Order: sequence, then structure tokens, then C-alpha cells
Amino acid sequence: MHELSITENILEIATRNGARAGASRITDITLVIGDLSSIVDDSVQFYWDMISQGTLAEGARLHFRRVPARVHCQSCAHEFELAGQLNPCPECGSLSLDILSGDEFYVDSIEIEKKE
Amino acid sequence: MSASRVTIVERIMDANDQVAELNRRRLDEAGVFGINLMASPGAGKTSTILKTIQMLQPDIKIGVVEGDTAPVTIDADKVLAAGMPAVQINTGGDCHLDAPMLDQGLSQLPLNELDLMIVENVGNLICPAAFKLGTHANVLIASIPEGDDKPYKYPNIYRGLDVLIINKIDLLPYIDFRMDYFRQGVEALNPGLITFEVSAKTGEGFEAWTQWLRGKVKKA
Ligand SMILES: Nc1nc2c(ncn2[C@@H]2O[C@H](COP(=O)(O)OP(=O)(O)OP(=O)(O)O)[C@@H](O)[C@H]2O)c(=O)[nH]1
Ligand SMILES: [Mg+2]
Ligand SMILES: [Zn+2]
Repeated sequence: MHELSITENILEIATRNGARAGASRITDITLVIGDLSSIVDDSVQFYWDMISQGTLAEGARLHFRRVPARVHCQSCAHEFELAGQLNPCPECGSLSLDILSGDEFYVDSIEIEKKE
Repeated sequence: MSASRVTIVERIMDANDQVAELNRRRLDEAGVFGINLMASPGAGKTSTILKTIQMLQPDIKIGVVEGDTAPVTIDADKVLAAGMPAVQINTGGDCHLDAPMLDQGLSQLPLNELDLMIVENVGNLICPAAFKLGTHANVLIASIPEGDDKPYKYPNIYRGLDVLIINKIDLLPYIDFRMDYFRQGVEALNPGLITFEVSAKTGEGFEAWTQWLRGKVKKA
């Protein structure tokens, strides 16, 4: 898996934005991750504890906001969720599906402290 | 001391995608059509590249970037032996190539002499799908022995494809592979995907695949 390079990106985004906002410390980072992106939260957390040391974001809590993979059936208009793998519509068995969400993969926000 | 919340909303892949755009520009400026060839280990990436070189030479000059997780030059050596320039990129254990790695690879190829550049990505169906390289087409090789359920189990890689090659069709008589079931899954994920059924062993289907490539390669 590629969680190390992902985690490095998260650190870069958080510290760049934190510094720009004048933070003395970043305490929390909220990530939005769709269920279709093959990312393991624990593994990001593991690398985070290693690489955030000595940075503005040292000790910051990571919050993983997961977005389910919702799909819309073109045949019967039923909406349902995929759990990782492709499944036919549970109502009608059709495979004509539109994927509505689940690809999200971004840093949403950070909580910072400033010395006044 | 005061605490506050800063809204960011920045895509985590942005840094990679920006380098991918530079790669694309570089290929475009050199007039080179670039392909990102993905597959599981052993699906026939190198075999397909070699057969493609054989069918397109001498009119189309092809450079190859070989991505491997370790410093093994077996695949790159095969391309060199076929008379085309090849660069080996060692990802140092990483499960995929990313755009900065391709940038390095491109620097070592004589781009101005090439018509087509093929990246042999690391054998893996999950990670390469997440990293844009800046190539013009994402191509996946699925091979018959892997089984007909792969689009269902690895939906993401199929969604980002421009071309699908189904390789090792010479093995169809020996393996329980429901082509209908397989292609139904692909159709659900990527409607109308351009698909070639081939055998890198017998050469079957390569006429159509290389014809498609010829159409994409701009001859100066
Ligand atoms: N029967 C048959 N065998 C094939 C075909 N294409 C490739 N092979 C065999 O499959 C094996 C793997 O082929 P490669 O071309 O090395 O596959 P690869 O995807 O480059 O493998 P890695 O780089 O190791 O991931 C070799 O033994 C090939 O001879 C085919 O169309 N039919
Ligand atoms: Mg190979
Ligand atoms: Zn339905």
C-alpha cells in the first residue's frame, strides 16, 4: 500500500496551510476519504505518528470522515451502498449503475492554536 | 492563546497530479503518445510490450519505462534486446509508480526520437489506479488465468481506464473464464470501454491493438 506517500502529502498540506494561518500548533486534522479509495486509516495513523514529529502538526489528532460509496441503479432507480466490491442492484439485479460518491480524498480542515 | 478552525479542502493527490500535468506537457512537446500499462504481476505486460514493438517497427519508435519494486532489470533488458530504449525505475518497495518517478524516467529517454512511450507500471491492481502519471491513456491488461471476477473485486482500476487488453486468450479452452460475466462487470464500471482480446503468445488480436496505437501516434 501507499499510505506513507499519502501521509506525507497530508502533512505537507496541513503544515503549509497552518503556517499560512499563523498557527503555533496544529491540534486536529479532518480528512474526507471515500470508501472507494483504497486507504487504510490505521496505516495512515501509524505513519502519521512517525513523520509528524518535530513539525507544526506534531501530536495532531487525525479525524477520518468516511464517505460511503453510493450508487444509483439506472434500471430501477434504487440507491444503495457498495462495500468495496462491485455488486449488482439488490432490488433488480442490474449492473447498470452510476457511482454517486466514494471517490472523495482531501484534507477538509485543520484546528490550530495561535499565540496572540 | 486562541484556537480556530481553518478550512482547507485540498485534494491529497494534488502534488502528484501537478507533476503529472508537467509530464503530459513534456510528452506533448516532444510529440510522444504516452501509455500507462497496468496489470497484476505476470498478466503479460512485458510480453505485450515486446509483441507491440515487434509489430510496430520499424515505422514507430517506442521508449519504455519499466517500474519495478526492486533493482531488477529483467524486463528492461528484454526491451533493450528488442532494440528500443528502456529505463528501469526502482520504486524502492513502493507498490506503484507516481508522477515524479515518471518525470525521472522521461529524463533518461531520448524523447525527441520517440513516437510512443510505454510505462510498465508495477504489477498491482490497487495502487497504480490512484496515481496519475500524465500519460495519454491508461491501459489495463487483464489475463485469463486471473479469473473472471476481477472487475468486481478491483472496481477502481477499471473505472479510470481508456483501453482494456484481455490477454492470454489462447488459454480460454483450459480455464473456467466466463467472458460474458467478466465483460458485464467491465461495462458496469466503464461503459463502452475500448477492449482488445489478445494473446501475446500467438499474436492473435494484436493487429487491432496496434492499429489503434497507430491511430494515436502522430507521425511527424
Ligand atoms: N499462454 C500465454 N502465456 C503468456 C501470454 N502472455 C504472457 N504469457 C506468459 O506469462 C508469463 C508472464 O508474462 P510477462 O510478460 O513477464 O508478464 P508481466 O506482466 O510483465 O509480469 P511482471 O512484470 O513480472 O509483473 C510469462 O511466462 C509469459 O510467457 C499469452 O498470451 N499466453
Ligand atoms: Mg514485466
Ligand atoms: Zn435496480
